[in-house]
Amino acid sequence: MLPFVLEKARSAEEAIERAAAGARYIAGGTTLVDLMREEVERPERLIDINTLPLSGIREEGGELVIGALARMAEVAADADVQRLQPLIAESLIEGASPQLRNMASIGGNLLQRVRCPYFRMLDVGCNKRTPGSGCAALNGLNAGHAILGTSDHCVATHPSDLAVALVALDATMRVRGPQGERSFPVEDLFRLPGDTPHLEHTLLPGELIVEVRVPGSDHSRRARYLKVRDRASYEFALVSTAAALVIENGVIRQARLAVGGVGTKPWRLRDCEAALAGRKPEKRVFEEAAKLAIQGARPLQHNHYKLELLPRTIVRALELTGEVA
Amino acid sequence: MTVNVIGNPLPRVDGHAKVTGSARYAADFNQPGQAYAVIVSATVGLGRITGIDAKAVQQMPGVIAVISHLNAPRLAYRPHKAGVDPAVGERLHVLQDDRVRFYGEPVAVVVAETFDQAERAAAALRVTYTAERPIVDPSDPKSQPIVAEATLRPEAFVHADTSRGEADRVLAGATIKVDTTYDIARENHNPMEPHATVAAWKGDRLTLWSKSQYVVNERAEIAAVFGVPVENVQVICPFIGGAFGTSLRTWPHVTLAALAAMQTKRPVKLVLTRKQMFFTTGHRPRTVQRVALSVTPDGKLTSLIHEGAGETSRYEQFIEALTSATGHMYSCPNARTRYRLLPFDTGTSVFMRGPGEASGIFALECALDDLSYAVGIDPIELRRRNEPRIDEGENKPFSSRSLMKCYEAGAERFGWSRRNPKPRSMRDGRLLIGMGVASATYPAWQSPASARVRLLASGVAEVEAAASDMGPGTYTSMTQVAAETLGLPMDQVRFSLGRSDFPPTPSHGGSWTMASVGSAIRAACIAVQEMVAARAIADQRSPLFGASLDGVEWNEGRLRRRGDTSAGQPYRDIVARAGRPIEADASTQRDPEVAGRYSMHAFGAVFAEVAIDPDVGTIRVRRALGTYGAGRIVNPRLAKSQCTGGMIGGIGMALMERTALDLRDGRPVNAHMADYLMPVNLDIPELDAHFVDEVDPHVNPLGVKGLGEIALVGMAPAIANAVFHATGKRVRNLPIRIEDVLTA
Amino acid sequence: MTPTDPHSLDPLSLKKGAAEPSDETDARLRVSRREVLQLAGGAASLAAVPGAWAQTPTSPGSGPAAATRVRLTVNGEPQHLDIDPRQSLLDVLRETLDLTGTKKGCNQGACGACTVLLNGKRIVSCLTLAAMQDGASVETIEGLAKGNRLHPLQAAFVEHDGLQCGFCTPGQIMSGVGCIAEGHARSPEEIQFWMSGNICRCGAYPGIVAAVADAAGRA
Ligand SMILES: Cc1cc2nc3c(=O)[nH]c(=O)nc-3n(C[C@H](O)[C@H](O)[C@H](O)COP(=O)(O)OP(=O)(O)OC[C@H]3O[C@@H](n4cnc5c(N)ncnc54)[C@H](O)[C@@H]3O)c2cc1C
Ligand code: FES
Ligand code: FES
Repeated sequence: MLPFVLEKARSAEEAIERAAAGARYIAGGTTLVDLMREEVERPERLIDINTLPLSGIREEGGELVIGALARMAEVAADADVQRLQPLIAESLIEGASPQLRNMASIGGNLLQRVRCPYFRMLDVGCNKRTPGSGCAALNGLNAGHAILGTSDHCVATHPSDLAVALVALDATMRVRGPQGERSFPVEDLFRLPGDTPHLEHTLLPGELIVEVRVPGSDHSRRARYLKVRDRASYEFALVSTAAALVIENGVIRQARLAVGGVGTKPWRLRDCEAALAGRKPEKRVFEEAAKLAIQGARPLQHNHYKLELLPRTIVRALELTGEVA
Repeated sequence: MTVNVIGNPLPRVDGHAKVTGSARYAADFNQPGQAYAVIVSATVGLGRITGIDAKAVQQMPGVIAVISHLNAPRLAYRPHKAGVDPAVGERLHVLQDDRVRFYGEPVAVVVAETFDQAERAAAALRVTYTAERPIVDPSDPKSQPIVAEATLRPEAFVHADTSRGEADRVLAGATIKVDTTYDIARENHNPMEPHATVAAWKGDRLTLWSKSQYVVNERAEIAAVFGVPVENVQVICPFIGGAFGTSLRTWPHVTLAALAAMQTKRPVKLVLTRKQMFFTTGHRPRTVQRVALSVTPDGKLTSLIHEGAGETSRYEQFIEALTSATGHMYSCPNARTRYRLLPFDTGTSVFMRGPGEASGIFALECALDDLSYAVGIDPIELRRRNEPRIDEGENKPFSSRSLMKCYEAGAERFGWSRRNPKPRSMRDGRLLIGMGVASATYPAWQSPASARVRLLASGVAEVEAAASDMGPGTYTSMTQVAAETLGLPMDQVRFSLGRSDFPPTPSHGGSWTMASVGSAIRAACIAVQEMVAARAIADQRSPLFGASLDGVEWNEGRLRRRGDTSAGQPYRDIVARAGRPIEADASTQRDPEVAGRYSMHAFGAVFAEVAIDPDVGTIRVRRALGTYGAGRIVNPRLAKSQCTGGMIGGIGMALMERTALDLRDGRPVNAHMADYLMPVNLDIPELDAHFVDEVDPHVNPLGVKGLGEIALVGMAPAIANAVFHATGKRVRNLPIRIEDVLTA
Repeated sequence: MTPTDPHSLDPLSLKKGAAEPSDETDARLRVSRREVLQLAGGAASLAAVPGAWAQTPTSPGSGPAAATRVRLTVNGEPQHLDIDPRQSLLDVLRETLDLTGTKKGCNQGACGACTVLLNGKRIVSCLTLAAMQDGASVETIEGLAKGNRLHPLQAAFVEHDGLQCGFCTPGQIMSGVGCIAEGHARSPEEIQFWMSGNICRCGAYPGIVAAVADAAGRA
């Protein structure tokens, strides 16, 4: 780990000012400390933002508001979250481990870095880590990599489970920067790698995630998060699906679908949603819609199975929404 | 009347130390003034070092030394080999030349005042190389199998070729047969405790607090490497945080720790990173195998062919018993085995829990399962019809063999009769259910061992042996043996292990610790008793004065005349009168004559039930049972733990574990605890281990066969067979993952 | 063809009996025991001196680039430490305070061996920067027993044999204490789910689950 200077944030303004000047925020540190130890991350200055009052979870007019510093475990256990958006709680407890969830913040979770093993290897090319150095995963071992949204420069998946749920639920986020505050859909936080995979998100220099807001909607009740993996816990998703359905008179009025483990960012599936709308909630319909998910997918040498696993996971997740009480 | 402690399910004597954090493992032995060493690992898979820019690093904060082949002393590397080392080849000489033999080979070690400084400096060290493409995969056209020289020796534990009858001819003419191939991934032991050594020199004397399953050999090896007398080295390792074979050999990092301490004249702590544990500390070799079988319509085997090859390094020929069990598992007039090595540009493989058998039995037992479907006979019945009366490979009787007893007891407990033999016929709701079974076996070895017992005037018996306890409960079971033999309560016996100056024992592996060290301790206890008795008999003040040696017995810390129910004499009085502790050493080994007469193995039957999600392909073991005939069980509580633990290792092997190499440079890509999957708590189903009664008068005086290895053998094929039963799809590669069954 | 043991020693001859302890043996054993005791005592007393280990001998110019002062309460005892901001809480416990009960299994958050309670919650100490925890209270395995009386979960681990090699055990137990406190120990299935952040390579899981269930039932 490279030496760094650690400061405690005394106010949001001050923190933002420092960050705009090049310092990095640190919250739970479960991404940052890990990668700093590997020297993949090399911040010279860290601002400990845990002193800032950004950890509240509350309901505001049917909208669920989650502070950026709320911990994964707190959010998952929160009564409002479980009542209003059980999908979020489910996506959270399927991620990481109880200990990590006690540490990891919501803001940090959205900004966690990829788990591509080559990203951590300083002795191979990685355009995300070192722009222009190549992508070792393209012709390396890539069973865990993305099939959607990839480019010739990067094929790493976005690892967050929570982000998949938030994107499905049309969540927005409020951020604050040197120029003041702005809000935008969580989906817009993430960038496709294109030929600039080192640019992962759309935050401007110094911008601090303040909170995430999840609008109340009819989707919330019939919503499930399904995470498929070889180990029953403590593993990132091979494929995951956040699915939510609004059913009226035996017909799907609206569907929400987002998937993880397959895209270079949390992947919303609007075509599939459209294909479900107005149809009966039955397996055949689910299967037809799920097929659309792999349109345009680009498998790599070792991840062809995701072409098969992705639609099946979607179908199963849709079925599970029917099992919600 | 003796205190019956052997066979009692006593709790661990070291439990208190382990649950309070006071049990000290290698890296816990902080020394005053200690510096920290971090290894720099090669980043090419084959080639030469062309430059090391140590200057810049030397100036970094806290850095004390940067040691590489450019400035390391030429070490003696005197010839030295133990049984844990491959018989053919020469160990890696670390930092002695500019060659890089495999990805991750140590190329330098950096020593600094603090860990963070050393880690930083190691990362900053710039090393340049010329690189070639290594060969690391059996599919590489340049990979050529070779005959391991040691397998040509008649006394070898695995043979290059064995044959009885005419297996190939019979197979060719057979109508009911299977002919199948298997590919098992490389596995890394991944104990929870990383390899660690704290090294301190005092003049020309070296102390190593070092993770080792074989402290006496670690001492001898390091003495040979540094060219110092063996007595100058002391290795201390009271606790091992799991090892499973990876700490049998003394790997280069131990040399590097000692070297760093020597060069800096400071005590040095060196702990491998989790990633480095995938480079230089051995692995279960990747294996490729073929098994072909034929049967008569009524299920009698007519031919059996088992061929296999395992990876090793280019500089050492590591061999394991891949095909050894095939000769004695089943009765078959025509059988042939072949074992080869695949030398790769990697570090040397090493024994890993159930070495050889775990992989070889997987292939054999899967093929047998295939055959059961081909001939239409229940898999257990098929094995029963081919149960041999003697070891047909060695042409010797078994000292004992309870395989069919295991199947019978296991089938009953597991509810095998509820199994519908048809593949893909059993369901639980949406889930596909499969039940599978497989045999397990492992040799009942015993190795020469020694021990010391010292009786103190306080009434306590101190027992010492250079043995290890990586988790099976050596501390407890040896205390039991001593307590029972001496007729003392458990808390009057203090057993110490893990010091190289204690009486030598064999490596803590091969499931032979109980048999080997237990026998030595028993012998030492008997010897010390005789010494005490002799003193008492010769002592006019003793109530035993004048008795014959045969005429005294030992009970609850007292000697008395045989048959006499009176108190007798507390031995502590006898010791007190001697004025000093009374001590005896003993060494034991298996009677070579008995060893030559019998074929000695433990056997087991392993049952597994899996549930597979037909939609998303997740495979979960729902319940499993291992039934074992392993001789006498010294401590049923610990034995059960050990067996279920081994079964969990088998679940990992079956469904998760694989060290994946990037063929471009041979690097293990998933050298990370989050990427090399091993079972977590939620993966573990209802597990049961059961022991059938087995009395084996031949194996050793304790009648024990060992459990550590056999507990893992058999689990993976039972699961693979259950996966086939559930899905109708036969997966012949390990691990079996979602992607393998998705389209079943 | 007699198979020989694959890793056997040179055959030792069976010698039995008469070895009375020589003075040499005795002296050696006494010395080594004293060494061990002194070391443990030495480290403990150093740790008790504020900042003592942070100023362990450093070579010229290597002084902690920007030593940070932190106050921690570790197992109820206040500690004032000057540390390198890079130090993880785990390394501060193990290397600075010589509280080696907490283990380093991966240093990457992926095994749970380093689990401690931080302000009452279970966390992995390897990914926790100690410098960020000024004023925090930390509980480690060393602080769990009250004198000679084991914490009920410690006792349950022994009773249910929830351990083999013991290396994951401190982390399992601290995690188990957290798990019970969170109310996540109401059934074996629940315990399995909520204890999956602690890998046990020995496979002591059945005993671990039984121990946590037992202690939770008594709590
Ligand atoms: C072994 C392991 C397994 C894991 N498994 C999973 C899993 O299965 N599913 C899953 O979803 N995640 C998983 N994770 C990832 C974990 O959830 C993230 O590391 C965690 O959520 C990051 O949060 P943090 O608060 O610790 O972030 P930090 O490490 O503190 O920060 C991460 C990044 O976010 C930035 N940041 C933090 N807060 C803010 C803010 N308010 N505004 C602006 N920028 C900010 C930081 O500057 C940094 O760049 C796993 C992690 C580990 C180590
Ligand atoms: S050492 Fe902290 S999780 Fe492994
Ligand atoms: S007891 Fe050995 S790792 Fe858990």
